Amino acid sequence: MIAWINQWALALVSMVALSGLFGLLIIWVSKKFKVEGNPIVEQVNAILPQTQCGQCNYPGCKPYAEAIVSGEAPINQCPPGGQEGIKKLAELLDLEVLELNPENGAEEADQVVEIVEPDCIGCTKCIQVCPVDAIVGAAKQMHTVILDECTGCDLCIPACPVDCIIKIPAPITTQVRRNDKPALLTTIQEAQSW
Amino acid sequence: MTTLFLIFISAAFVNNFVLVRFLGLCPFMGVSTQYKSALGMSFATAFVLTMSSIASYLVNEYLLVPLGLEYLKTLSFILVIAVTVQITEMILHKSSPLLYQVLGLFLPLITTNCAVLGVALLNVQQQNSLIESAFFGFGAAVGFGVVLVLFSAIRERLEMADVPASFRGLPIALMTAGLMSLAFMGFSGMAQ
Repeated sequence: MIAWINQWALALVSMVALSGLFGLLIIWVSKKFKVEGNPIVEQVNAILPQTQCGQCNYPGCKPYAEAIVSGEAPINQCPPGGQEGIKKLAELLDLEVLELNPENGAEEADQVVEIVEPDCIGCTKCIQVCPVDAIVGAAKQMHTVILDECTGCDLCIPACPVDCIIKIPAPITTQVRRNDKPALLTTIQEAQSW
Repeated sequence: MTTLFLIFISAAFVNNFVLVRFLGLCPFMGVSTQYKSALGMSFATAFVLTMSSIASYLVNEYLLVPLGLEYLKTLSFILVIAVTVQITEMILHKSSPLLYQVLGLFLPLITTNCAVLGVALLNVQQQNSLIESAFFGFGAAVGFGVVLVLFSAIRERLEMADVPASFRGLPIALMTAGLMSLAFMGFSGMAQ
């Protein structure tokens, strides 16, 4: 009986020790071989305005950043970023400054959208297309736009069956606009690296 | 040297893991629809099989046998294989991003490839030494890779072929695998 228990305990202890050892090994290896994401993609992504509007023909800002870095896409396809953004990208990547490609759209002043609430039928179609979840509402309930979250990507406008979404100039608030967030993030990162 | 060569040939062709021993059929069916991914899977498997047969030999020889715990080998080999795959993936990700892009997707899949566990267990059963284990593992991987690549090439052609409706897809693939298995029977008896 005692021998049996001893054997059992030995098996348990050795298996636990083995798995523990392997666990520690994996932790060590994962620390030692830690991979940071492609730093250039992150930097390009930080310059892009994060409107997630898709006017560049990519599903969002990050995919466009990846396409730029891999040389797949030119830097002049981002209307919300405008000429300023193209200049920054060119500086970062040591490329020539290009004119904004008119096929992707024209540069406009900073704006957001608003739902004309009496007209809203509560179809939730705009909620589904919003890339930043800036529209709140439920089926057959009136929807509204959270202005602080709206990036002005206009993707909800064609989705609305009753055309009750209108563009308005971005309100000046004390909060940082989403379009400026990358810039703010860089500032914060710079401050942290001090 | 001759013994090592024989072990290699035996594992790769005569006792091919997929077509003779019927191990690792899951990736054989799953990753063989495209030639390119089959190639990636083959290389990843070759790497992991060799590494894990060495690692499981060490665990068996220096932990399980001295403690008289051989009956726990299945359990501990699964652990060893999972850890080997995980570490391989992490090191590869850091040191060779290009290779990682080719193999990366397939590496986690290999953890559950029963050929890998089969190699580790057969190594113990045949009482192979460390070098022999490594060769056995590598041979098994080469056999697996050759068969997988051949099969994927056939399957790419099958996509174009005019197959009767009821046989389209997996059924015709399984039949093809059966025919290939018959062909590989031709190697039987050439080596133990």
